[in-house]
Amino acid sequence: MTSMPELSRRRFLTYVIAGPTVIAAARWADASPGLPGGTAMQPIPSAPGAADEYDLNDLLTDSTRSTANMITVTVNKDGTASFALPRVETGQGITTSSAMLIAEELGIPVSKVHVTLADARPELMMNQFTAGSNTTISTYQPIRMAAAAAKQQMLLAAAQELGVDAADLASENGVVRAPDGRTMTYGDLAEKAAATETRQIEVELAPTSTFKVIGKPHNRVDARDAVTGRKKFTMDHDIPGALPTMVCRPPTIKGTVKRVNNISHVRAMPGVTHVGVISTGVAVRAKTFGQCIDAIRALKVTWNPGTADHESDKTLIPQLKAAERPFGDVADVNGNIIDESFTFWWKSNSALEPNTAIADVRKDKATIWSSLQSPIYAQKQVADLLGFQTSQVTVHVLPGGGAFGRRMFNDVVLEATEASKQFGVPVKLMWHRTDEFRAGRVHPPAISHVRAAYSGGSVVSFEQRHTGVATDWTMGFGEPITSMMATTPPNGQGDAGYSQTVWNLTINVPYDFGEVDHAINEIKTYDVFHTGSVRNLYSADAAVARELVVDKLAKAMGHDPYAFRSTFLKDDQSRGVLHAAAKAARWGRHMPAGTAQGIAFHKEYHGVIAAVAEIDCRPHTVHRHIRQAVTGPRVTKLVIAVDVGLPINPRGLEAQMMGGAMDAIGQILTESLHLHNGNFLEGSWDDYYYTREWNVPKEIKVIVMPPSSDTPGGAGEFGVAVTKSAVACALARATAKTPREFPINHDDPLPFDPFPTVPPIPQSPRDGLQHTY
Amino acid sequence: MAKHTFKLNGKRVHVEAPDNVRLLWVLRDLLGVTGPKYGCGLDVCKACTSHINGKAFNPCSVPVGQLDPEDEVTTIEGLPETVGKDLHPMQEAWLEHDVPQCGYCQPGQIMAAVAKVREAHDAGREITDADLDEIRNICRCGTYFRLREAIKTGAQHM
Repeated sequence: MTSMPELSRRRFLTYVIAGPTVIAAARWADASPGLPGGTAMQPIPSAPGAADEYDLNDLLTDSTRSTANMITVTVNKDGTASFALPRVETGQGITTSSAMLIAEELGIPVSKVHVTLADARPELMMNQFTAGSNTTISTYQPIRMAAAAAKQQMLLAAAQELGVDAADLASENGVVRAPDGRTMTYGDLAEKAAATETRQIEVELAPTSTFKVIGKPHNRVDARDAVTGRKKFTMDHDIPGALPTMVCRPPTIKGTVKRVNNISHVRAMPGVTHVGVISTGVAVRAKTFGQCIDAIRALKVTWNPGTADHESDKTLIPQLKAAERPFGDVADVNGNIIDESFTFWWKSNSALEPNTAIADVRKDKATIWSSLQSPIYAQKQVADLLGFQTSQVTVHVLPGGGAFGRRMFNDVVLEATEASKQFGVPVKLMWHRTDEFRAGRVHPPAISHVRAAYSGGSVVSFEQRHTGVATDWTMGFGEPITSMMATTPPNGQGDAGYSQTVWNLTINVPYDFGEVDHAINEIKTYDVFHTGSVRNLYSADAAVARELVVDKLAKAMGHDPYAFRSTFLKDDQSRGVLHAAAKAARWGRHMPAGTAQGIAFHKEYHGVIAAVAEIDCRPHTVHRHIRQAVTGPRVTKLVIAVDVGLPINPRGLEAQMMGGAMDAIGQILTESLHLHNGNFLEGSWDDYYYTREWNVPKEIKVIVMPPSSDTPGGAGEFGVAVTKSAVACALARATAKTPREFPINHDDPLPFDPFPTVPPIPQSPRDGLQHTY
Repeated sequence: MAKHTFKLNGKRVHVEAPDNVRLLWVLRDLLGVTGPKYGCGLDVCKACTSHINGKAFNPCSVPVGQLDPEDEVTTIEGLPETVGKDLHPMQEAWLEHDVPQCGYCQPGQIMAAVAKVREAHDAGREITDADLDEIRNICRCGTYFRLREAIKTGAQHM
């Protein structure tokens, strides 16, 4: 045995775990550092806001620290490595990036690393919560440490086997080589390096300068499964006896069943095996989902009212306005005032794979299969529902067909649990698409009011008051303790709520605008509507209001929007992305009348981002006709420059930026729910106008900035706010009219006929063979 | 209960189901063919897009009773076999452009793309941006831009 060479790198404490082959675990080390900290234009430095010093990602990461050592990397006898990631893969690319981290430290190809999703592990506490674009930020170091420990153990075992000093061993591509040329593979060493008892060891991480995998574009590890149809989602799993199950839902939000009037008739329908009342409606189990749909449509149910039967879009606006907190007195200066108010409407966070859970509830145990952002909390909720200990509940986490915040909430799991318990058989419970829009989770509407004062070449104050319908944060950090806090009054009622905390930890004003003051207030309580986080939380709206006012300030003070931002941004890292985006987009190039560029900046997730959008608002574009579609203005070109500190997989990062941009385009131009007498009118993707091919820019360029840090920032949500802002600013410049309501078409006559609310779901068409191509 | 037979991915299948059960559920729930995805059941999201006799269609909107015994249904699982390879050129293009994110819509996207390109080629022309604008398949991850790039690449090898 020998000691590792002395190096001036930081050493990290890790563990080797007793087991048949090499298993190594990470222990969390030091805190990852946060971000380091004109002309007639004279920026007045603003004091750092709360989110500048410590943001939501710091909080999320800190919450994982005490348990981060409980993740293990295993090297197998065939020389491959295995890792069960305690997060959920829903398209954001974290299985690929995690495999890259392990490949980097072990020195093996990414293809030899198998990343699966861990079952719910309650001992991980807050460290199994997929949210806030935090996965890479919080797992970057622990995953590498576990892999590095495994490698060190194998080198020590090789040294012993080969009778040489470990310091003299070279390793490449899973092969360890002695100075005399003898070699051993990781496969040879996996068992020999196995620990007989769990003990603590010190490891070193590969220095950034030697990275061969991290920072290089890598294709997704599951791409081949996806394109061949082999990738399995919850609905695709064949669990014996878990027959299709759906729920007949109330005609208004959170209504409840009073009476089912024809239950025996429906039980006798073809294929139907079970019908029964559960908390949220009437569950139906049948041989096929098609027969569930038939049965739901046949059910005659008398319903109790819901929680918001008298509320509509138009009743909420005065309530929001009345709840707005007054501005302070910071703007009482001899300056000119810009005072603007913007309304942001309901957003659905439905993924394409609807909510689906398989539940098999037995007398003394329950097993759940679903794609869950908060599996530990799901396990606890299921246990509570059944009167079980959590140890009697197994929760398998499956890859999801998108999440966007929706899979933080476990309602589908609880419905499946109730139905399986009542029916005494396993169920595969799926939501209908119309359920998703009407009973699904939504980001609630808000009015964002900004007042800015400027004087001479300075912006002397910038105030923002954001007033929304309460957001449900009861998923907490994905486990029971913080979720309890979120149900404690006065959630969403001003001073003390979770909303206030989330707002303060995410919202910042990245410009030197003198006195800066922002605050949120919310009406209602968290449980009136089915609300929740939608990709990019409050920033997705608040940033748009901010950036539109920045453009107004620039114009009022006689400056170009780009030059103005460049002068007033607080640091060079911020200016870096702004300059990169502006240059690549040829900012200021001549644009025909009715078209324009818009530029915006945003800072969040330990990174900075800028975007330039070009929009075409000319009549022949706005009025182009596509069947059952909203066309309208089209974003024709988009350039995004993003600096996430240390990009792990630039290709995945690009994909996340593009995906966020597609949300952004829809949310500014076309996409919203309409609340009418306690339910939403939308029932399909041809009613809810999320971005479709005919809305997509023909040109998109994502610039991934070179590493500016030795730690990664977040990516999953980062493309939304900045693109929304750039598109909104472009729209204002192209039409010479500031848009004040988003999406801009929300108050237009409805372009569709709403499906009825009784029965709650529409029947599938029968004419598919007439539309072949 | 009615008995049905048709060709599925090159093989004859027999299945019992009431006539009005939509083909999507026959494929998924009764035959265990899960490549075609459910996204709406309304012929809107197009996640279940497959081919019938070489043309794109959506099995969520076709009662199984409407199928003839000689109808040939191809799902994503059977696509490579139509060109006698491990992967269809469109699937290869998808990998080249690293199109998928969550992957849920991608089987339907690929089946739609193949049909759309065939349609253009049959008309003696290449696929255009206007053709791509007509594709209605939802991708909630927003892979649209890469989808467009991949379809153009795939078309060159079809």
